Amino acid sequence: MPDSPLLQLKGIDKSFPGCRANEGIDLDIQAGEIHALLGENGAGKSTLVKIIYGVLRPDHGDLWWQGKPLRVASPAAARRVGIGMVFQHFSLFDAMTVLENIALALPAQDIGALRDNIDATAASYGLALDLDRDVYELSMGERQRIEIVRSLLQNPQLLILDEPTSVLTPQETDMLFTTLRALADEGRAVLYISHKLEEVRRLCDRATILRDGRRVADCIPAEETAQSLAEKMIGRRIEQPIGKAPRQPGQPGLRVLELRTGSDTPHGISLSDMSFTINEGEILGIAGIAGNGQTELMSALTGETGPPSSGSIEIMGAPANQLGPIARRKLGAAFVPEERVGHAAVGDMTLVENSFLTTLDDPAFCKHGVIKWPAVRAFSDQITHDFDVRTTGVDALASSLSGGNLQKFIVGREMLQSPGVLVVSQPTWGVDAGAAADIHRAIRSLAEAGSAILIISQDLDEILALCDRVAVISQGTLSRVQPIHDVTPEQIGLLMGIRHDSIANEASRATT
Amino acid sequence: MLDLIIPSMMTMMTAATPLIFAATGELVCEKSGVLNLGVEGMMLVGAVFGFIGATVTGDAYVGFLIGGFSGIMASLIFAVLTLLLVSNQVATGLALTIFGTGLSALVGADYVGETIDRIRPLYVPNAADGPNVIQLFLGHDPVVYLGVLVLLACAGFLSRSRWGMILRAVGDSDVSAHAIGYPVIRIRFAAVAFGGLMAGLGGAYLSLAYTPLWAENMSAGRGWIALALVVFASWRPIRVLFGAVLFGGITIVQLNAQAIGLGIPGAVMSMLPYLATIVVLVLISSNATRIRLNAPACLAQPFRPER
Repeated sequence: MPDSPLLQLKGIDKSFPGCRANEGIDLDIQAGEIHALLGENGAGKSTLVKIIYGVLRPDHGDLWWQGKPLRVASPAAARRVGIGMVFQHFSLFDAMTVLENIALALPAQDIGALRDNIDATAASYGLALDLDRDVYELSMGERQRIEIVRSLLQNPQLLILDEPTSVLTPQETDMLFTTLRALADEGRAVLYISHKLEEVRRLCDRATILRDGRRVADCIPAEETAQSLAEKMIGRRIEQPIGKAPRQPGQPGLRVLELRTGSDTPHGISLSDMSFTINEGEILGIAGIAGNGQTELMSALTGETGPPSSGSIEIMGAPANQLGPIARRKLGAAFVPEERVGHAAVGDMTLVENSFLTTLDDPAFCKHGVIKWPAVRAFSDQITHDFDVRTTGVDALASSLSGGNLQKFIVGREMLQSPGVLVVSQPTWGVDAGAAADIHRAIRSLAEAGSAILIISQDLDEILALCDRVAVISQGTLSRVQPIHDVTPEQIGLLMGIRHDSIANEASRATT
Repeated sequence: MLDLIIPSMMTMMTAATPLIFAATGELVCEKSGVLNLGVEGMMLVGAVFGFIGATVTGDAYVGFLIGGFSGIMASLIFAVLTLLLVSNQVATGLALTIFGTGLSALVGADYVGETIDRIRPLYVPNAADGPNVIQLFLGHDPVVYLGVLVLLACAGFLSRSRWGMILRAVGDSDVSAHAIGYPVIRIRFAAVAFGGLMAGLGGAYLSLAYTPLWAENMSAGRGWIALALVVFASWRPIRVLFGAVLFGGITIVQLNAQAIGLGIPGAVMSMLPYLATIVVLVLISSNATRIRLNAPACLAQPFRPER
């Protein structure tokens, strides 16, 4: 039967306690196509692909593979059939090396041959990997590269990618798209989940849109606009983001001068000679590829890693070098780290408890060491309402929320405290288009109210849409800060690959 | 001088052997992400059934194997409760120790004071010649060598073999291992059973070779020392070997010091091995990165596969 699709889903139902994740979903994927699966956070996309990959079992419904009924009892079975998957929440092992992580997902084979094989695959797709490093030292972007290489090595007939480009540069994204197109031309199929609708329009042949666990539409992305796709997902019109209003910058809110740090992990990045000033009412964006010092910069700014080796950090005009995170918060700073569970929120605590964790010095929430739970609860309710956090209630555990929803909650918690300085790493990673627009709008209005805001993001579109000025971080050094209108995405992309400190400049001068 | 040193070094290895067995088993178990605090109980169960087996069959080696088998049985109780029924590992492990202590006292009551034909050294020098250096290498009983061999085999298994890698992966992130498609629960079952086997053998060695008789609660906290050794070794098998010999040495020094009659109360000397354990644990715990690199991230975390 030449006409039967590569993979066909018929009437897939899946319920979890308290929610119906998938309801009668039909889907067919043809060989040689790149098929987009779109939907808001919590629409049921992750559940559906986990069913295809054999991680979850559907309550009802059938899977058909090349016209024959298919039972995928386990991911191993899925891989044997020819289904590969790149997870959004990485399925990696922190204490093990990159090589071991890849070997674990493949059939047993000679380690030396595997090494060559990985190097070849990584090189041909431009995904650089240091095979002997331990995963816990790596950034999110580097971890994603491992996942992608790992699934490509399995030579899949169907490759599922859950938000693969959120941590890639424009150039890397282009390279990945070339790769995916090449895979499709070889007759393989790609199931592509992304919130970046422009990318979906560029890359995908067909799209299936889910809303609240149901399939609501099929379309050809090239014939749609990003706006119309987003509206199909959400089921209502989206307000356009507010245009950038020229603002009068105020006093310096966050000032960093010649910051240098050592690194506390063997292969970490040390920061060198970083300087920038963010005035009140201004948004500065720091672009760059994952693993170039973003994590280290973030910890230096929050005060988690202690005082820097040299240089100075000033928050609202007060020297903050020697201060820890709580003291810095008292000066009026707020932070949204990249890692949601374990860094920004405690997974085993409820949303109410989590919302108290960064507000504990506010007399409105805690007086004489006694927590005022009703006030904290009201604050949590306000966060979930204002930032449209989809949850069963504020007593839900933080770990029970999907990534995007938890992100909305954490961003909301920090922003509603009206900080003088807000430092956000990856504000909309894993967040759908509608919610991302909401977060962006909130960030802008916070800046208009006079906060100094630093955005560290690998999403260049986000930086271009949001920031007044931009700098690029590369190998622990920072480029010159430039007004956003003076640079093109291509120029920023080029800055991502070179060092920006005095040593490098002198070296380049010496050679020229 | 040699007359004093050689026998001391011999007994040091003998004292280390039960620890090597129990700690190696527990290390493998913990590497898979399961914390079994029932080592002391499993050792006692192994000791008593090993002794009974040897008495009944008249063969100490058969008793040794029976001791190991009874250790597996005890550990399976723990495995079913913690892995299938997802009970709390710490509480269940403590309960297993209490259960093992009680059970061994009960079934062993009739065997207190019995004697057996113990496990014997491979080579005993002529009594008239006194101790010699060959004895240091060849004079132990076979179980001592077996213990070291198993430990080395486990070290190789964990670092070199594919299944060892999978076991470590399960202990590092059960969710990821499940997502990739490894049978997390089954792997942990095997690791717990191995831990039980080793604890049982270690216990049986106590009642069949170290002090060839059965006495209630005869393991005297060695199960706990074995648990501490795993942390002391920061989950590295080779360091378990050093640690076990070190603790064995302290035990022997303590016995000899009492025999010589230093003016220190016996009770203080008997505390030495336990005191050393606490000191070492404090020193080790101060280095966080070392713990982070080797400690299984999922240790003692309950795991329910989503379906």
